[in-house]
Amino acid sequence: MAAPESLVYERPESFTETPTHYCPGCTHGVAHRLVAEVLEEMGVTNRTIGVAPVGCAVFAYNYFDTDFVEAPHGRAPAMATGVKRVLPDRVVFTYQGDGDLASIGMGEIVHAAARGENITVIFINNANFGMTGGQMAPTTLPGMKTTSSPNGRDVESQGYPIRMSEMISTLDGVGYCVRRSLHDPKNIRLAKKAIRTAFETQVRGLGFSMVELLSTCPTNWGMTPVNSLKFVEEHMIPAYPLGDYKVSEAIKQVKI
Amino acid sequence: MAKELWKGNEAIAEAAVRAGLQAYFGYPITPQTEILEYLSRRMPELGRAFVQAESELGAINMVYGAACAGVRVMSTSSSPGVSLMMEGLSYIAGTEVPAVLVNVMRGGPGLGNIAPSQADYNQAVHGGGHGDYPRIVLAPASVQEAIDMMGLSFDLAEKYRMISMMILDGSVGQMMEPAEMPEMKPIVERNWDWATNGALNRERRILSSIYIEPAAEEVANLRLANRWKEVQANEVRYKEYFLDDAEIVVVGFGTAGRVSLSAVRAARAQGIKVGLLRPITVSPFPYEVIDQLTGQAKAFLVVEMNMGQMLSDVRLAVRGRVPVEFHGRPGGMVPFPDEILHEVQRVNGANLSVQTDPIDGWLARMAEVK
Amino acid sequence: MPAKGWIEVSDLYCKGCELCISACPQEVMELDMSRLTPKGYHPAHTFKDGCTGCAICALVCPDAAITVYREVTKAVPAAG
Repeated sequence: MAAPESLVYERPESFTETPTHYCPGCTHGVAHRLVAEVLEEMGVTNRTIGVAPVGCAVFAYNYFDTDFVEAPHGRAPAMATGVKRVLPDRVVFTYQGDGDLASIGMGEIVHAAARGENITVIFINNANFGMTGGQMAPTTLPGMKTTSSPNGRDVESQGYPIRMSEMISTLDGVGYCVRRSLHDPKNIRLAKKAIRTAFETQVRGLGFSMVELLSTCPTNWGMTPVNSLKFVEEHMIPAYPLGDYKVSEAIKQVKI
Repeated sequence: MAKELWKGNEAIAEAAVRAGLQAYFGYPITPQTEILEYLSRRMPELGRAFVQAESELGAINMVYGAACAGVRVMSTSSSPGVSLMMEGLSYIAGTEVPAVLVNVMRGGPGLGNIAPSQADYNQAVHGGGHGDYPRIVLAPASVQEAIDMMGLSFDLAEKYRMISMMILDGSVGQMMEPAEMPEMKPIVERNWDWATNGALNRERRILSSIYIEPAAEEVANLRLANRWKEVQANEVRYKEYFLDDAEIVVVGFGTAGRVSLSAVRAARAQGIKVGLLRPITVSPFPYEVIDQLTGQAKAFLVVEMNMGQMLSDVRLAVRGRVPVEFHGRPGGMVPFPDEILHEVQRVNGANLSVQTDPIDGWLARMAEVK
Repeated sequence: MPAKGWIEVSDLYCKGCELCISACPQEVMELDMSRLTPKGYHPAHTFKDGCTGCAICALVCPDAAITVYREVTKAVPAAG
C-alpha cells in the first residue's frame, strides 16, 4: 500500500459505504460528494441533520454519515424549518430536485427563504422529473422533449421555465443564493466552494442559503453521460446563467 | 389553582404550554385562530419555537421535522386545514414519531362554514391520510376537559410514538367557561433513542416513512397494529351518566354528548330509564363498554353533529342485538336539549326493529326540519 | 519532470460511466473491457503510464469510486 502522505484524494469519510442507486454518470453523485466533503472539512458531520426529498434523491439518507429525515414531496424546507427551530445550533440542509423544489414544493421553498430560515438548500436542476421517468418539470427547457411533453415543451400551453435562483434571490431573508454547474472540473470546484459558502452562511446565522446546481440526467435525456455534460454546457447554462444572485455583505467578508 | 374564566382556544394553548410544548407551527383558520394568536405571544416569551407557517402543509411538515428532533410539538387547525395536513399526518404516522394535532371542527364539506360541527369524526378516527395507520383521538366536551386532555395528548403520543389528535367542535373552542389550569411543567430533555438531533457521540439515525421492500413495510404495518392493540387495551376512556339501570343508552361525544346529558337529565325527571355514554377517546373507541351495555339496553340512541359517523362504530359494537337509533344535526347545526329529549321519548315509546337502517328514519324525521 | 501518480478504482462503486475517461488530462484512462464489476460494469482503469495524480478523475466521479495517490518527493527542510 501507498504511504499515507502520498494520498491525494479518497472517498470522504462523511460518505457512507453504500453505493448510490443513481444511474451511471448522473451528477447527483457529484453533488452528494461535494456536500459530504464540505461537511467533513467544516467538522460538522456529527451535528448535521439532512432532509431528503422525494425524487431521485429520495434515498440520499443512505449516503451521508449524518442524521437524516425524509420529507414528503416538496416539503423539505418546512421540515428543515421544524428541525432547525428546535435545534438552532445544529446544521440543517435539504437536498432537493427541481420537481420537488420548483414544482410541488414552491410554497415551502419560497417561504422558508422569505423567513430567512438558517438552513442550506442544495437544489439540483436537471430539467426533468428523474425518479418517475423523465416527465416535464418547471425547469424543462422550451422545446425539450420529455415523457409528458413528447413533442417538446410548448411554452404556449405548458408554460415557461422557472429560474429559481433569480426568484429566490429577490427575498430579503436570503443570505446567499448562487447557481453553479457540475459539467466540468472547473465548475465542480466552483460548485464546492459555493456549497462551502452556503454552509458557512448557515453556521454564522446569516440567513437562508441555496446553491442551485445544473445537473445531468443521462438516462431520461437519452444521452451518454459525457454528452449530457455537453448538453448542460450548450443548452442549460444559456437558459440558466451561472452566477452569484445574492451574496449578502456579511457573507462577502467570510474568507474560505 | 383557582378557577378562572378561560376561552376554549386560549385554554388549549396555555394548557399545551404548561404541558411542556416546545414548538408550535400553525396557520390561521376560524374557529381556532385564537390558539395561534395566543401562542404567537406566549411561545417567544418563553424562548420556545413558534412559526406561523405559509400553509397547513407547511405547518404539519414543520411539526414533522420538530417531532423527528424529539421535542414536544403541536399544531392546531380546523376542518379544511386539517384536510391539507393529511399528507403530513400519514408521513408522521409512517415514521412513528409523536405529534399532537388539535382540530377545532367546523361545518363542511368544502369551505362549509365556521359553525360547530363533528363532521371530521371519520377523518380523524378512521381515515384521513393514505396508508394503514392508527391514531389516538380524544374528544373533550368542555374547556376543562380540553385543558386536562392537552397533557394527556402529549403523554400518549410519546408513549406510543403515535399521532394524538384532539377533536372538538367550534363551540368548545369559542366558549368561555370557568376552568382550572394545571401547574407549569418544566421542559424535560427526553433524549429519545430514536430522535434525529445530530449524531454526537452516537451512531447516526435515519427517520423515514419509506419501506421500499413490501415485506419490510408489512412488518412496520404489523408493528403499528400490535401497538394499537396495546392502546386499545390500556387507553380507552369514557364517561358514564345514569347507566346503572338504563334501558335506553344515549351515545354522544363532545358537545353532542354534553347537550345530550341535559336531555338525559330531563328524561330521567320524567321517569324514563335513560343514561348517557360519552366517549372521551373516540379512538380507541369504547367498543367493549357498548358491548356490555347491549346486555341491559333495549335501544341505543346515537347523537352527533354530523350525518351519522360514530353511529357506525356503535352499531359495530351492538352487532344488531338491539335497535340503534340516530339523531344528528349536520352542517354546523347544534342540537337543542329538548329535541334530544324528544328523541329519547320517541325511542322509549317506539316499537323499534333491528332490521331498519337508522339513517332512513332520521332522514324522514329531518324532512320536517326546514 | 511531471509528478508520478496512480489511482485505485473501486469495483464496489464504479459504474463505468466514462466521465473520468473524458476528463483525464493525460488521456491515460479507459474502461477495462476484460473485467466486470460485481454489478456488471466494465470499470475504469489507467491503461498506460502518464498519470500525474492530478485527481481530476476523482473530482468528476459521481460515485466517489477513485482514490488518487501521488509519488512523494521528500521536501528539503527550509534552512534555519
